This record gives sequence, structure tokens and C-alpha cells, in this order.
Amino acid sequence: MPKDSGIGASSKRREDVRFLTGAGHYTDDIDLRGQAYVHFLRSDVAHGTLKNVDTSAAEGMPGVVRVFTGADFAEVGGLPCGWQITDREGNPMQEPPHPVLAQGKVRHVGDPIAAVVAETREQARDAAEAIEVDIDDLPAVVDMKAALKDGAPKVHDDLTSNLCYDWGFVEENREAVDAAIKSAAHVTRLELRNNRLVANPMEPRVAVGDFSRSTGESTLYTTSQNPHVIRLLMGAFVLGIPEHKLRVVAPDVGGGFGSKIFHYAEEAFCTFAAKALNRPVKWTSSRSEAFMTDAHGRDHVTTIELALDKDNNFVALRTETHANMGAYLSTFAPSVPTWLHGTLMAGNYKTPLIYVNVKAVFTNTVPVDAYRGAGRPEATFQLERVIDKAARELGVDPVELRRQNFVTEFPYATPVAVEYDTGDYHATLDKLLEIADLAGFEARLAESKKNGKLRGLGVNCYIEACGIAPSHLVGQLGARAGLYESATVRVNATGGLVVMTGSHSHGQGHETSFAQVVADMIGIDENMVEIVHGDTANTPMGMGTYGSRSLAVGGSAMVRATEKIIAKARKIAAHLMEASEADIELKNGQFSVAGTDKSVAWGDVTLAAYVPHNYPLEDIEPGLEETAFYDPANFTYPAGAYACEVELDPDTGKVTIEGFAAADDFGNVVNPMIVEGQVHGGLAQGIGQALLENCAYDEDGQLLSASYMDYAMPRADDVPFYKVDHSCQTPCTHNPLGVKGCGEAGAIGSPPAVVNAVIDALQRAGRDVTHIDMPLSPSRVWDAMNRG
Amino acid sequence: MYAFDIERPTTLAEAVKHMAASEENQALGGGQTLIPTLKQRLASPEKLISLTGIDEIRGICEDDAGRICIGAATTHSEVAAGTSAFPALAALAANIGDPAVRNRGTIGGSLANNDPSACYPAAALGSGATIVTDKREIAADDYFEGMFATALDEGEIITEVKFPVPQKAAYMKFEQPASRFALVGVFVAKYGDGVRVAVTGASEEGVFRWSEAEAALASDFSAGALDGLSLPGEGMISDLHGSGDYRAHLVGVMTKRAVTAAG
Repeated sequence: MPKDSGIGASSKRREDVRFLTGAGHYTDDIDLRGQAYVHFLRSDVAHGTLKNVDTSAAEGMPGVVRVFTGADFAEVGGLPCGWQITDREGNPMQEPPHPVLAQGKVRHVGDPIAAVVAETREQARDAAEAIEVDIDDLPAVVDMKAALKDGAPKVHDDLTSNLCYDWGFVEENREAVDAAIKSAAHVTRLELRNNRLVANPMEPRVAVGDFSRSTGESTLYTTSQNPHVIRLLMGAFVLGIPEHKLRVVAPDVGGGFGSKIFHYAEEAFCTFAAKALNRPVKWTSSRSEAFMTDAHGRDHVTTIELALDKDNNFVALRTETHANMGAYLSTFAPSVPTWLHGTLMAGNYKTPLIYVNVKAVFTNTVPVDAYRGAGRPEATFQLERVIDKAARELGVDPVELRRQNFVTEFPYATPVAVEYDTGDYHATLDKLLEIADLAGFEARLAESKKNGKLRGLGVNCYIEACGIAPSHLVGQLGARAGLYESATVRVNATGGLVVMTGSHSHGQGHETSFAQVVADMIGIDENMVEIVHGDTANTPMGMGTYGSRSLAVGGSAMVRATEKIIAKARKIAAHLMEASEADIELKNGQFSVAGTDKSVAWGDVTLAAYVPHNYPLEDIEPGLEETAFYDPANFTYPAGAYACEVELDPDTGKVTIEGFAAADDFGNVVNPMIVEGQVHGGLAQGIGQALLENCAYDEDGQLLSASYMDYAMPRADDVPFYKVDHSCQTPCTHNPLGVKGCGEAGAIGSPPAVVNAVIDALQRAGRDVTHIDMPLSPSRVWDAMNRG
Repeated sequence: MYAFDIERPTTLAEAVKHMAASEENQALGGGQTLIPTLKQRLASPEKLISLTGIDEIRGICEDDAGRICIGAATTHSEVAAGTSAFPALAALAANIGDPAVRNRGTIGGSLANNDPSACYPAAALGSGATIVTDKREIAADDYFEGMFATALDEGEIITEVKFPVPQKAAYMKFEQPASRFALVGVFVAKYGDGVRVAVTGASEEGVFRWSEAEAALASDFSAGALDGLSLPGEGMISDLHGSGDYRAHLVGVMTKRAVTAAG
């Protein structure tokens, strides 16, 4: 029976009322008294030496308050990188400075050169056009392998080369993996590219800086997934403002998908300029600016080899990846191709020997960082593609080849440093085969043939590491931050609760699902619980929302804080009923004494806590407010199996998705409807990557896909009606809710399903095509069909 | 945007006068290309002369020769709803852009702009339409002069487009995945005196007639008549979304499909 409230209920998203009626309050809705506007003059060349920036004409233009250049930031810190990778030799990665405004050189199209603050947006833009910039063009490096060649132009003159790091994992396994591959009965090799993507949240980035002369406090309103992280990074490393004089507010945020995790130059600029000018300074990104300044995602070039024994057991796996960092290191960029990617290369399989090599490369392109899935889609794509290719080479059923190699006993320690606590990969695969109606495929294939179309079926599995992350572990791996989460639960006198969380909701529905958890624990109506997030002034220090972590880590902190509340409330209830605390039971918002008819309501207890006339003041303090910080013991490991069915028009190469089924194991589920919505969104983004989205540069470093005229986003008619199931549940063993996280699964698991399906369609039609790089646009598919 | 002035004349005569006042003045139809261009500061007209408030160049009627006459300021939505006598034209208009584009964009604006991937140029050239301006009548065959280039003089305003109604016709568009403009669009129309095949989206020279296909279809109006006919990839647009060879191939595919759809 579906529940109608609390954990397990599909409660309607309470935040949607304001989002859908235009009552949302986004950063761009914030206009402060005396506010000025900034326009950034950005480089239109990918690489060049800045010889001179003449702002004299611009300074005299109407409405101009001040023009800033790199010189104004010479004494200001650069944007910090939050993760240090150690290379195969044990040396730290090369870490170039990342100035707020360009210093001496520009390194990608969109790199900010100067900033004009003026009374209006248009005046700022007019004046920016009057700035005379003298740039000596330098040859750009765009291709990663070319960037590593001797004599390649260097993106950063002070570094020894364009190589950020050469990472080996697990380095001690390298020789054993090489030997196993050399002697294996069969080796399948695949070269592929994981295409560069632009995150494209519906709301572009916005920053409003403010400074109070009366308190000396700076405030930044910004479109962020993690305001506390921005406060720490910007305050401590860029502007030198202590946290008690810096407030960061991220109000309603219209999607992030990772791109709003990072600390950006525009945030630091607005905060800095507001203080320098003693007036608020606002920046609103245009969509064009978003394409060339929001951190991009993916962009890996990989060679993967899977070795099998004569019985088709996986014996070794070796991958070599070039990962594009872009021109600078974005906040968490170095961790994405390494710890969020290499540690997932075991997938759902018991491959005993794995070696992952990653070369991170600087190029004259926009910085690349985490995008929905972050490293895990790249791992899943190459692994699930190479398994599919191996099955075809060996003439075995790709589904059975996967089953044969599944991990079946838990906990399972992979050869790539992580331990899966729980899972049941056969169960999700069985469920998938059922909901995808594989039995009916042959009939559908015959129908397609009759219409002159090809049809194919792609199946794959995935696993991800979510609930990021145990602080002691990530500290050892180079993280410069802890990855706990926090919650303060404040109970009001009349019984309502406010939960202040360090997590941040920007589409995920936390205000609904988090309230369900707390209300369920106490047995009260969900509407008595309010979730507050996004303001460093009224939430405890928390690390924000990304990596499918908010319920698993933030939710756990909330549970711990609520447990403390209940423990104290039981003491109060025991006092009120003159009973022993051990006998007090809490059910449906009523405290009762076991074995009696004595009870007091939740509201009586909370009132007593704040009006402590009859109260055990000698034992406990008045009030009812508790805080908890939760640091997870392990990652969580959501996993599942996906199936995609495509039809392909052989005359045009156009692929249409005819069916998509997803069977996920997310552990326990708090709100099934929200989970389903998260999966739908992830699938759309994964399908977008597989068929449509292509962030492309030309050889001079000009962005070719710089608008929606050329960057194809998935639209409603590009995706099918999904079949989604999450009834297979192996609860996480180490967090109090038994939840694993669901935000990224769809984007991680779906690209290989789509590509596997297209290759299946082509091979069924007798075409000798073993791989096509994403996106599988009509022209690419047609080219592959007609190659040679 | 740069600052500009705007005039909203209600008669054609007024509009002509405004356009003649300065070479820096720019006619504005539905603004579906011009407004984004202005927003990107890629154009800086002194004054925009909006044509959509002029009733005399708006609406659909039939002339004595049986041609469908569409006022230049008529929106795509209005064309889609008002040209049932020419279903291929109605279907083409109904599939331009999205509802917002169709409710603002005008046929005159589209033809004056002559985007190499727009749909209307294929309809006009494929139907042998006549482009009527404030000064003269221009046959479609003389009107299109390459990418974004037309026979219009400086300040000349399209007032009407006259479409002879074919016996059979169809338009087949293969969409560019991002913009959903035509990667290749082919308009095929059969008239008593011959067949016209107009191709948009493909050529670096803008919309063009595929004369070999027209000749083949004139004697046998069937997809099979096109077997063996192909265009070279050379001279075709080659970009992120497809090579010249791919576009040339699609012209063949879309032409066949248009013939089949025309019935």
C-alpha cells in the first residue's frame, strides 16, 4: 500500500507551487538600493599575450562608475582549486594560478579581461566596447594529445608542459594488469571519446555583491549549489574576508547539474567591487556568456582494453584516458577523472585486476569540471561499451556476459579502492528485462523492417559511488575540504519545526522530501516541518548539494539532529507524566507511558520546553534545538540496469528512441515520485549526451557550438515515455535512512544503453560498425554506415 | 542592444516614407531573426520600421488567376491556418520553428531575410511564386540571389507573395538537430506545365532548383524516377551538423519523400 505521508509517500513537491506560479525568488530577482551593473569584457581569442588594456575612453562614457582590469586584482588571490592530485611519481599536480581578471595572458575565448561597472547594464556594455585591447595572438592548443607533444604552445608559461598530472591507479597493479592482458584468451579494445558538454541549467549564473559600511560585512547573493563552500573558498583564498564578515546567500536556484558547485571569478569580482565602490554590484550572465564561462563537463578521450579468459570471465581491465582540464583548474576539476572515475572502473563486475591511467591536460578551452555524474558516466560508458563489444566479438549474449561476471557477494572490495556495501545486480537486471518487454522485441523489429527501418536494443548496467563522501578518505586522496553535512533542527514552542540544512535544493525537492523524513520520525504532519537552506547566516556549515549526496549525507545529519530532539523531548515527556524515561514511547506525535493510558501530545512537550514552569531544569536546559554533523562511513553504491530500444532510418542516419527502461536500486526511497522525476531528468540528459549534445571547438579554439542554434539540447519529442522502476531495494548499510542517492543515475547509466542500441541496430542489419562517438547525430551515423 | 527608435506605421505609404528617410532605417517584420541579431549587437539600425501594424499587407486571399495571395505581414500561424487550398504550403508554415516563432514570424520577413536554411524560400521558389513589393513584382526565379541576398533594393518592402496552386505538392524538411532549421528541405510541386523542385538548407548559394530532378519528374512523377540522380557534395554547406556529401545525399532522400508524400 502506498503511504500518504512520511517516508515512502509520494508527497507533492511543496516548492512547485511557487516555482510554477512565478513566485520563486531567484538571484536575479534581487535588486539592491543603489545597485550598479557590471559587464565583463571577454577575450574573443583563445590564446594571446595581453599587451595593453586602454580603458581611458571607456572611463569617460555615460554612467560608468569604474573600469577594473587585471591590475586591480594583482594583489588579490586567484581562484583556488579544491583538490590536489598526486601523480604516478608521487609529485603534486601542476597547479597554475587562476586570476579573477586576466593577468598578462588570455587563455580561452571568454576569459575576462576587464570589467566595467556602470549605472545600467547597457551603459556597462557600451563602455566595454570602448576599451581598447592590444593582444598578440598566440597559437591555441585544443586537441589534448597535440597539447602534450614537444614544442606545443604552453597554456601556462610557468608550467613545464600542458600536462596537469599523469595519474596511475592502482599503480602497484600496473605490471600485473599488463601481464594478464598479454596472456589473456581474448582482449577487446575500444577507443572512444566522451563528448564535451555544456551544463545549461535553465537559470544562468547571477552574482550580486553587497557591502555594509555599518557592519563591515560583505554579502554575496549567488546562484550556487553550496553557499558555505563559496564563502570558505572566496573568503579565505581569494578576498581575505573572514567568515564572520562574509555572508553568502543562494536563494532559489534554477538548476545546476554541477556547474554551480564551483567558485567563479564573477562572484569574487562582485563581492570585491561592492566593497571597493561601496555600492551593490550585479552581474547576470547572458546565455551566450554561459556557453563560454560555465564550467563544461566530460571531454575524455579513452582507450580501454578488457581481457577475458577462455570461459569469458573478466580477468583484467586497462584504461588510458586523456582528460581535458581546459585553460584553468576549476574548483573540483582534478578529482573528476581520477577519484570519481578510476574508483568506478570495476563497475558491477568482479574483474580482479584493474589499472587506470589518466593524463589531465591544459588546453585553450573553457575549464572542465563536474557535470551530473562527474567521472562516473565516463567510467560507466567505456566499461559498458567495451563489454558490449566483447560480447559481439565472442558471439555471446551481452546480457549473459554481464551476469556471468557480476559481483554477487557483499561487502565486496574492488581492486580500485572502494568497498560496495550492498547490492543485487541480478535483481535489477531481472526487473529490467521484465519492464523492457524484451520478449516483444522480435515482433517490433519485424515491424520496423517492414517500414524500411533498422531497430536495435541496448542493455547495460551501472554502478556509482554517491553519498559523497567520507572526509578522512577524501582527505587522503587530495581533497582540500571535508565532505560531511550538517543540520540544525529548531522546534518552536507550539510544535512546528524548522530544519536548517547545509544541503542546497536547486530542483531536487528537498523542501518536500526532507520534511517527510523529520515528520515521519516524530509522527506529525509534514506541513509542520519547514526546510531552510541556502544562506550561510542561518544554516550550519555544510558542504552543499552534488554527487547524489543530499539525502544520504544531509538527510542523515537531519536524522541525527532529530534523534537528539526526540531524546530530549522524551525526558521532558517523562517529567510531565511523572514516569520513567525508559517507559516513554513516541507514536503519531504522542508521548505515552508504556502499559498505561497516560499520554502527552508533541505540542505539550514543546511548549513545556519553552515555558519551563513544570520542567526538570536541574537535569536539562530549556528549549528544543539540536545540531548534528554527519560524516559518512563509506560512499553509497546505487546500481541498476538500463535498456534502450532505438529505430534508425538508414536513409538519413536519424536515430529515434522508441523505448527506455530503467531498473534502479537506490536503497530505501523517501518519495517515489521525486525519485522517478530525478531519474527522468537524468535519462533526458544522458540521452542528450548520447544523441544530441556536442560542445565543439575549432582548431583555433573558437567555440563552434556557442548557442542553441548549434548546441542541441534534448526536447520533449527527443525522449520517449520512460519505464522506471526502483522496487529492487538493498538498503545502504551504513547510513540511518538506508538510502543511496538517485540524482545522477539516469545520466550515468543511459549513454551506453543508447550507443549499444544503435550499434545493435546496425549490426543486425549487417553493417560492420563497432563504435560511433557521441553524439550519434544523424550525420555521424550516416557517415559510419557509409564509411569505406 | 544598441539604442534605436521605432516607428509603427499603419499604412504602406507611411512605411515607404520612413524607409526612404534614411539608409540606416531597417524594416522589421516579426523580428524572429532581427531581434536576436540586435540583442547580440550585430546590427545597429537608426530606426526600426515595424510592418506588422499595416493591415493592407496582412491577410490571405485568392486572386482572379486562382493564386493564393499572402500579405507580407501575415504570420506563419495565419498561413498555416488559412491556406487549405494549398496544403503543402500550410504544412510548411505549420512546421516552422515553434508556436512562439510562428505567432510572430512573417512570410515577408522570412523571404526578405532569405536565410539559407529557412523554409519559405523553398516554398516560394518551388511554387514559382511572385514576390510583390512596394515598387514591382519579382518572379521567385529572379528573387533569390544567394545566402541572405535577394533582388530587393535598399528600402524596398515586400507587400505580398502570390502562390500559384499546384496539382500536387509536398515539403520535406530534415531538421538540423539544434536549431531545427532545415538541414535540408525540399519543396516539390507539380503544375500543368511542369514540376518544380526547390532545395533549402543545403547549398552555400542558398535556395536553388534541382533541374535534373525537375526534368525526371516532369515525365514520371514518382520517387522511382529519381533513381540514379544525385547532386555533388561540392558547394554544399559543410558544418558541425553534416558534411556537404551528407547534405547532397539528403537532398535525394528528401526529394523522393516529398514526391511520395505529394502522391
